Amino acid sequence: MAILLNRGTRVIVQGFTGKIGSFHAEDMKRYGTKLVGGVTPGKGGQKHLGLPVFNTVKGAVRETRAEASIVFVPPPFAADSIMEAADAGIKLCVCITDGIPSQDMMQVKRYMLRYRFEDRMRLIGPNCAGVITPGQALMGIMPGSIYLPGRVGIVGRSGTLGYEAASQMKALGIGVSTSVGIGGDPINGSSFKDMLKLFEQDDETDAVVMIGEIGGPQEAEAAIWARDNMRKPLIAYIAGLSAPKGRRMGHAGAIISAFGESAQEKVEILKEAGVVIVPTPSSFGEVVADTLAGMKKAA
Amino acid sequence: MDIHEYQAKELLARHGIHVPRGGLAYSPEQATYRAREIGGGKWVLKAQVHSGARGKAGGIKLCANDEEISNAAEAMLGRKLVTQQTGPRGKLISRLYLEEAVDIAQELYVGFVLDRKEERVMIVASAAGGMEIEDIVERAPDSIIRTTVDPGVGMQRFQAREIAFGLGLDQNLIGKATETIFSCYQVFRDYDASMLEINPLVVTRDGNLVALDAKMSFDENALFRRPEISELRDKSQEDPRETFASDRGLSYVGLDGNIGCIINGAGLAMATMDMIKIAGGEPANFLDIGGGASPERVAKSFRAVLGDKNVETILVNIFAGINRCDWVAEGVVKAIREVGVNVPLVVRLAGTKVEEGRRILADSGEAVIVAETLAEAAEKAVAAWRSATLKKAS
Repeated sequence: MAILLNRGTRVIVQGFTGKIGSFHAEDMKRYGTKLVGGVTPGKGGQKHLGLPVFNTVKGAVRETRAEASIVFVPPPFAADSIMEAADAGIKLCVCITDGIPSQDMMQVKRYMLRYRFEDRMRLIGPNCAGVITPGQALMGIMPGSIYLPGRVGIVGRSGTLGYEAASQMKALGIGVSTSVGIGGDPINGSSFKDMLKLFEQDDETDAVVMIGEIGGPQEAEAAIWARDNMRKPLIAYIAGLSAPKGRRMGHAGAIISAFGESAQEKVEILKEAGVVIVPTPSSFGEVVADTLAGMKKAA
Repeated sequence: MDIHEYQAKELLARHGIHVPRGGLAYSPEQATYRAREIGGGKWVLKAQVHSGARGKAGGIKLCANDEEISNAAEAMLGRKLVTQQTGPRGKLISRLYLEEAVDIAQELYVGFVLDRKEERVMIVASAAGGMEIEDIVERAPDSIIRTTVDPGVGMQRFQAREIAFGLGLDQNLIGKATETIFSCYQVFRDYDASMLEINPLVVTRDGNLVALDAKMSFDENALFRRPEISELRDKSQEDPRETFASDRGLSYVGLDGNIGCIINGAGLAMATMDMIKIAGGEPANFLDIGGGASPERVAKSFRAVLGDKNVETILVNIFAGINRCDWVAEGVVKAIREVGVNVPLVVRLAGTKVEEGRRILADSGEAVIVAETLAEAAEKAVAAWRSATLKKAS
């Protein structure tokens, strides 16, 4: 089933009746996502977009058997909403909200540890574009039309740069199994490594494209894991070649503050770990095509 | 968001951390008046700019009388201090801080940062204070003590005590050091700081522990709940191009090149800047226009980018997901007509409503260079910039 999400996944929207929540709920429904309801505290019992609204996530899970939740709640309240989802037994939570304080995210990560590993919710984001399994379901804000269903996984921090990669691949007839945006914040729910593990185990993914950027240790950590554990090819691009040190480049997490965090240093670490490097952001398509062709030849 | 040394010291002092007696001054007269207020016979005059390494750049002066204070203040005020950390443009000195000089027996380092790997607050301490942390890492790596705090329960006193003992302090200073470190953590947590550095934390000859310098940065995402911190913002320390943009809700970072960028999404913005560099040009800025870019927002972005006099070409690259290319195109046309764009303009649109967007640009009759792909956009922008500068030169 690709990873994380398929056409059967039962999804609710937290922050359902707000302007942004409503807009994307309709878009996701149109794409084919199995949307079963939403949560807005105080509006329980109403109908919105033809679906039931609940006061609490627990209520929504009880009535709709929802397994997944997408969060469009404003930053001051988003951490609370994520924890509510975790406690209600949601298995996959995608948080789109941009601007959650770091200390709130530390609390969220700590809170989630209270559940046994098997029961623990998987959090994607925050500050991300979400998850799409092309041709099946969308839990996010990306334009569905740019993804061709296929067998290459994509995981990236940035939304629009992920679109760029997917559309270059589509132009060459290469499709995507699942695309995951892990988000641009310094502390996020799932890491590159977490997603590589899932793609490695997925029968419907042949290769993975990782789209990283300056700041933080995650790309290097993922590359080292891939070197030791991954049999599928890993293809990577790191954005921010021209970024100065110590300046925040839009994303709260995109700041070079330590050794190994600049684009050049990360590319070196990745190369050493045997990762295929996409040298420029305009060559995603070609490099993926070449890698897939190389696999065919080898087989 | 960064704050000044004197502001950080005020925060720390309010939480029981010892700092030298001092006062703020905006003029030489005020500085000498502060010396009377503080008392004693030796003072340190410190330029208040958002940067470390001020001493080497001439931003810190030891003074023994009114004349020295007055002369030093005269020399600093209104000048731009260029340190290793400010870049060549430097930062304007408009505030001075005068402090009593402290008799130093030993210099320590104590820093608090968000550790992204552990997803916790990390405390870094060293008995080799007084030099930059990068230098401590290089020259005295064995002196460094690291501890992380569990966000569920917060810092425990034993952790602060372990650091105090680890610094090799005298028995009679352990209690004071434990309280200082513990209080620093509370300040860090209670105000949503992202960095707190006391370098040096000094042991004085009379057996006190004093924060001689203090540097703090705050999580911008948390400012909504820290109004007392938001008030400390000093716009004179920011790049005016960035202040203009951030006041209009745009995410902008000024750079030193000539090709102005207007892009949606931080990752695509960085990638486009990289592409410009690969094509042989230099980006003038990072600008993420964000989701839901209305024509007005696009026009504002043009104003922000054109506010930089070094900009000789503009590249717009929008991959619309939530955005709509037709709105962006309308914004581009609006900007050309209202703001006045007298440099070459390259526009690449992709994603939602791309056909409509391209049609709007074509029908406008304005001189817009249209590109289909990212590579083409960067190449055309660099080519346009080259021919524009050639024309200017001839």
